[in-house]
Amino acid sequence: MRPFNILSGPATVLPTKNIDTDIILPARYLKVLTRKGLGGVAFQTYRFAPDGRALEDDPFNRPDGVVAPIIIAGENFGCGSSREHASWALDDLGVRAILCPRFADIFSGNAFKNGLLLIELPQNVIDSLIAAGVEDITIDLAAQTVSTPVWGSIFFDIDPFRKTCLLGGLDEIALTERLGAEIAIFEHAQEARAAWIRPRLRQ
Amino acid sequence: MKAQTLYEKLWDAHVVSARDDGTCLIYIDRHLIHEVTTPQAFDGLRAAGRTLRRPDLMLAVPDHNVSTTSRITPGNAESAAQLAALDQNCQEFGIEYIPITDIRQGIVHIIGPELGFTLPGLTVVCGDSHTATHGAFGTLAFGIGTSEIEHVFATQTLWLRPSKTLQVIVEGRFGPGVGAKDLALAVTSTLGAGGANGHAIEYAGSAIRALSMEGRMTLCNMAIEAGARTGLVAPDETTFAYLSARPWAPAGALWDEALAYWRTLRSDEGAVFDKVVRIDAGAIPPLVTWGTSPEDVAPITGAVPYPENFAEPSKQAAVRKSLDYMGLLPGTNLAEIAIAHVFIGSCTNSRIEDLREAAAVIRGGRVAASVRQALVVPGSGQVKLQAEAEGLDRVFIEAGFEWREPGCSMCLAMNDDKVPAGERCASTSNRNFVGRQGPGARTHLLSPAMAAAAALTGFLTDVRKLPAQPHLESLLP
Repeated sequence: MRPFNILSGPATVLPTKNIDTDIILPARYLKVLTRKGLGGVAFQTYRFAPDGRALEDDPFNRPDGVVAPIIIAGENFGCGSSREHASWALDDLGVRAILCPRFADIFSGNAFKNGLLLIELPQNVIDSLIAAGVEDITIDLAAQTVSTPVWGSIFFDIDPFRKTCLLGGLDEIALTERLGAEIAIFEHAQEARAAWIRPRLRQ
Repeated sequence: MKAQTLYEKLWDAHVVSARDDGTCLIYIDRHLIHEVTTPQAFDGLRAAGRTLRRPDLMLAVPDHNVSTTSRITPGNAESAAQLAALDQNCQEFGIEYIPITDIRQGIVHIIGPELGFTLPGLTVVCGDSHTATHGAFGTLAFGIGTSEIEHVFATQTLWLRPSKTLQVIVEGRFGPGVGAKDLALAVTSTLGAGGANGHAIEYAGSAIRALSMEGRMTLCNMAIEAGARTGLVAPDETTFAYLSARPWAPAGALWDEALAYWRTLRSDEGAVFDKVVRIDAGAIPPLVTWGTSPEDVAPITGAVPYPENFAEPSKQAAVRKSLDYMGLLPGTNLAEIAIAHVFIGSCTNSRIEDLREAAAVIRGGRVAASVRQALVVPGSGQVKLQAEAEGLDRVFIEAGFEWREPGCSMCLAMNDDKVPAGERCASTSNRNFVGRQGPGARTHLLSPAMAAAAALTGFLTDVRKLPAQPHLESLLP
């Protein structure tokens, strides 16, 4: 996982509630065998007309042509399908952090595992940030702050384990493998306590 | 001892290790896999030189991509590549695999329970958000992403924080033409699409006890549409009767041992939930969705709402976008909306009971001339066989429906079954998202009975107004 420390840059504002993972990446693009190259079709209905023409009100379109590394979204961002492809697409698009009043659960786990920083802030805080301007936002994960020169700075909460993993870019599987002996103990105890659990095909 | 909820009992039985912050390493008893969300996880495993810790706890089946017209061709080259990758990965890693040519093939959430691979008292995961379906058996089941799939591959565990608990109590009897799907839509509408975020739902009450396993699966299936990763129903005699002769269910002394444990899987008297919501089954009318979120629900007797009806600005913005996409004007009566496609299928509504429900409405009728395509896609080979044994296929075919092979089909347009741009579909699936049934496709979610009614008239239709006046409970064998 790519480490996350300090991020500075503008934000794309997507104020709609319930932006689902089908919006982030439609199912027809799930036929890939790798994690790469999905940024070009991310948020397709926001960026392109059905005939492929670029939309004038594409929220990702910026004068410099570079996609903003931050998204500020309406409540329940990432709801719906569990597809991690949505997180891969965001990463490929160049998005590194998302601010939202409340993220959908499965998306939240997927995003974290791909080094995306999700920050939950109350709607009124987000509204005041948007009102103050979103062109120059700085996110400092170690200090747990979001700030802009005009608006000031605010502290955000994050799960301490996620913070450690994101700061260090740690591989969660390698961390869990260190508990291999505990997992084996659980398996033996479960087999002794509930032999019926292991799947056995009836003859 | 402290009174516990069912969720807490299931959680406690699977804790391998706990961190100070409350995060636990949870053991996974069953891992269902399909072709779409696993190739990158297998690649990750190979790249790190890791192996599967417990291939014996896994079951693989292709479903999302498969053609529903042929068991031989996968439809297109990309789909073929994903299907071939699943086949090859299962061989390489020694995973039980149900190929497309096998009569047991079907949608992963249909076949898990059907084969008795899903049992009460387990943890069940799958790289698919509708994994909550399996919670109908009183098992902790939830959808995971591909990184989590890889984590389960390597360690048979996941790091999780316990969810808050939400009890949905449903009392009373459903009215005529109303069933589990209407209840599922009522729940998403009541809670909102994010209303159960961070919570595990347990459905309880007399109306839940009266539901068949099929109905409970429909209900739990859509827990995620309210934001809950997990939906649960405590197992009871209905559950045990459903499982007793299934191929992977325990047999003999192991069955007795399991049964004794399963009977303890209920929320204790006095157990405290973080939130409780009550729904009166008798007050639920047949429901349909009008927008592009599963919370956008209204009675079929109602009308498309005005954006100004909603308090939050972010929801008003969402409704404006939705109505524009759906091509609907506020104030339009739902029963005046013409549909061109009907889809009866998906992991929500493709079980035998769903097909019986739809067939009872269809019987003797004809699909309206204005309907361009009406599909019935059974959830598995076994559902298809059963339906054919009951003559349901003839009912559908004679009415003008297409009778297809099992798969996810038109629920998510990853295969050849799509709704064309700008056209409208009455669908028994679970999501009305933008582009879900194809780019530009407009989806109205409803029950199998309501989908059947829409097929007959070519409009969203109150099934209670059709001449047959079917009382769904009386249709069950």
